[in-house]
Amino acid sequence: MKEIVIKTDRLTKRFGDFIAANEITFEVYKGEIFGFLGANGAGKTTAIRMLCGLSKPSSGSATIANCDIYKETEQIKKSIGYMSQKFSLYEDLTVMENIKFFAGIYGLSNQEIKNKGEALIDKLGMQEAVDKLVGSLPLGWKQKLSFSVAILHEPKIVFLDEPTGGVDPVTRRQFWDLIYEASARGITVFVTTHYMDEAEYCNRLSMMVDGEIRALDTPANLKKQFKAATMDDVFFELARGAKRGD
Amino acid sequence: MKQFYSFVRKEFYHVFRDSKTLLMLFGLPIAQILLFGFALTNEIKDSSIVVCDYAKDETTFAITEKLAASSNFKLERSILGAEAIASAFNTGRAKAVVVFPQNFEQSLLHEYHAQVQIITDASDPNTANTLTNYISSIIMDYQRSISPTQKLPYQISTEIRMIYNPELKGVTNYVPGVMALVLLLVCVLMTSVSIVKEKEMGTMEILLVSPINPIWVIISKALPYFALSLLNLTIILLLSVFMLDLPIAGSIFLLFAESALLILAALALGLLISNSTNSQQAAMLISLMGMMIPTLLFTGFMFPIENMPWPLQIISNIVPSKWYYIIVKSVMIKGLGFEAIWKETLILLGMTFFLLFISFKKFKIRLA
Amino acid sequence: MSDVILNHITKTYDNGAIQAVDDVSFEVEKGELFGLIGPDGAGKTSIFRILTTLLLADSGEASVNGFDVAKDYREIRKRIGYMPGKFSLYQDLTVEENLDFFATLFGTSIQENYDLIKDIYSQIEPFKTRRAGKLSGGMKQKLALCCALIHRPTVLFLDEPTTGVDTVSRKEFWEMLKRLKAEGITILVSTPYMDEATLCERIALIQDGKIMSIDQPTQITAQYPQQLYAIKAANMSKLLHDLRQVDFVSGTNSFGEYHHFSFTDDVDRSDDLLHFLTNQSHKNLDCHQTTPTIEDCFIHLMNA
Repeated sequence: MKEIVIKTDRLTKRFGDFIAANEITFEVYKGEIFGFLGANGAGKTTAIRMLCGLSKPSSGSATIANCDIYKETEQIKKSIGYMSQKFSLYEDLTVMENIKFFAGIYGLSNQEIKNKGEALIDKLGMQEAVDKLVGSLPLGWKQKLSFSVAILHEPKIVFLDEPTGGVDPVTRRQFWDLIYEASARGITVFVTTHYMDEAEYCNRLSMMVDGEIRALDTPANLKKQFKAATMDDVFFELARGAKRGD
Repeated sequence: MKQFYSFVRKEFYHVFRDSKTLLMLFGLPIAQILLFGFALTNEIKDSSIVVCDYAKDETTFAITEKLAASSNFKLERSILGAEAIASAFNTGRAKAVVVFPQNFEQSLLHEYHAQVQIITDASDPNTANTLTNYISSIIMDYQRSISPTQKLPYQISTEIRMIYNPELKGVTNYVPGVMALVLLLVCVLMTSVSIVKEKEMGTMEILLVSPINPIWVIISKALPYFALSLLNLTIILLLSVFMLDLPIAGSIFLLFAESALLILAALALGLLISNSTNSQQAAMLISLMGMMIPTLLFTGFMFPIENMPWPLQIISNIVPSKWYYIIVKSVMIKGLGFEAIWKETLILLGMTFFLLFISFKKFKIRLA
Repeated sequence: MSDVILNHITKTYDNGAIQAVDDVSFEVEKGELFGLIGPDGAGKTSIFRILTTLLLADSGEASVNGFDVAKDYREIRKRIGYMPGKFSLYQDLTVEENLDFFATLFGTSIQENYDLIKDIYSQIEPFKTRRAGKLSGGMKQKLALCCALIHRPTVLFLDEPTTGVDTVSRKEFWEMLKRLKAEGITILVSTPYMDEATLCERIALIQDGKIMSIDQPTQITAQYPQQLYAIKAANMSKLLHDLRQVDFVSGTNSFGEYHHFSFTDDVDRSDDLLHFLTNQSHKNLDCHQTTPTIEDCFIHLMNA
């Protein structure tokens, strides 16, 4: 049976009268690449913040990596990795310094840091860039490095918030190669994206509209369900009637 | 012109819709005035006093010993002439001078009346007051000890002369200084942050790519702060007059005119700072640190400039608030007219023009 | 005469350390909807800033409406509309106040050119007293566009107007652009989204400061050197890996539902391939020829 790494039950977040996330209920399995889609303002960021242990839900329950979302937020943070487009690494530290810093935060021993760090650099082919400031690297390298650093401590789940925004098409695909590898190693990947072709790469997707999950299935099934040729059309069908956002 | 008006109106919107800015703009000056006016006092411990004993008799020795015994004073026995006394205050050698005239004991015993002179530096009136009180009470005490009976045929009366500040108002020192500090700080900070905010948000780009000469953007930003600073000034003056009991001796118009000059200088400084940085945080830091420390140190209201080593005295000359402080004290406290301060005004005017000139010149019409 | 001309424009930063724009030359005709397509860091923003007179190029010339960007910047600044990358309107002013301000900035009023922005503005008009900072991403976009148009510019520069916005809003935005084109406004748009390239009349593909190709989208895809194939199977991850092992297959890239590839000698060996893949236990194989997209072309040009 597939191991469940995220399980939520009617998770809700209210800000005063405004219900940002409404009774979110779903499960994510180990090693899955789970796509979390939705228009801007649909409630994705709110939901992710709750799952990462950064924001306390107003009601409902959830376990992330077997940790309770209310009582064990610190353990949640230890078991997950996070990477977003806005912040990934420190631009004014070198590649190596960033690796050491983040590995250190997650409690890796010096030996582990050395071994894993070297392995990471080898894999990405960044040997010459080891002592370069991250700020001087091209965007694509930054994103790949950032992802690798986010999973350095072998978390159970890694949350990726629009990781490939603005990146060139070749690097985008290299990035997804890394995602596939991580998934094959048993790391669950929870990713949001605006690229509809990337939606196809996910094992399963959910789509949030107006704070609720309106669809949850594999890409193929969703296309059948909405009689759509592409994920683009599926998204369009669902998001069209949205009241929030526009 | 319509465009300029539209700019200015937008700037007023920005100011009034940002509660934090408003708090700083008005709250800070009021807080500072009240704080300086009421709360701050100096301690009286180990104050240096000099005793000039021309009499050198038993009584004067006895009184001097009593003074020396008090923990409030650090005593020096010396004979000082009038000039020496003045320089003793200037150099900080003494906070008070006690003078016993030649025939002190004789007067006391035979004429039943003797005089002691106590001179204090009252430009720090709190200390001056306290010192004279301490000294007087010690002398009274001695007086009681030599004639324990109720009636006191032998009397020593102390004649007190407060030089520099006959009315003993503490605020005469602080209010002009706080005015300078507040006007400078607030104007420089607000202007520089406001301009850099546009750069940070990206709206500056759009303003540049428009038919408007960007210099109008700057002027429109300065205008609300100019007006609000004058309003601030009014509030400070009202507070001083009605709460701190400090009337304005001279021409209010002159006071406002000179203040307007300082505000202009501050706005130009704010513009200069905004030219050199693209981040609001940096602008804030440079404004605060760059303005506050020189103003606090070199204006002359917290520390007398005459006490400083001469390199610092020279530096103080380039701090606009120093000249403003002199002007305000002359107009507000001493009630003097333009004839007394035309030199300082000229210097301040020169500084303002210079700052305006370079800040306008350095303003970038492109992003880089 | 072309509305926008660039001639050997070069721009570096950090004293030559970073080559942002490398000898770029192209022209945009009056009334054209022109797309500058490339990822972040390709040089799009630098080019736009040079054209909108916000930056000086290191070398080369450029002109907008016949005016030189370096010398006649004042003339250009009167005529163009500009929407820079981030949302650059006043967050604490309302929708209406923003629009009014920008109208006045250009010496006009909202009424004067209202017909131009009516379609767009009517969508946000119900919110006209709301502070701009409180609008959703899509609405902010529309407001920014209105403010850039309010003075009826001759050329409109839109720097990544659809970045970070969902597909629905993006579609709507491009619909608006098409209608604007009908008004005779020359529009230059930059975007990292390859699928938006087909919505432009002509595009320039840019990477690392260099133009890789300029033409109509259909022409660019027509020039793809080999026949492109699409293939899918039950296990896409394994399929990708296996395809890369085949020596007569090249240029394999994932493209959503299908993988794209070509045959190395441009000879159709689909049967051999399917045979091989079936032996690798792939199920539900579907392989057919397909027309290349702009993204295919971009990848090909990048790897060249």
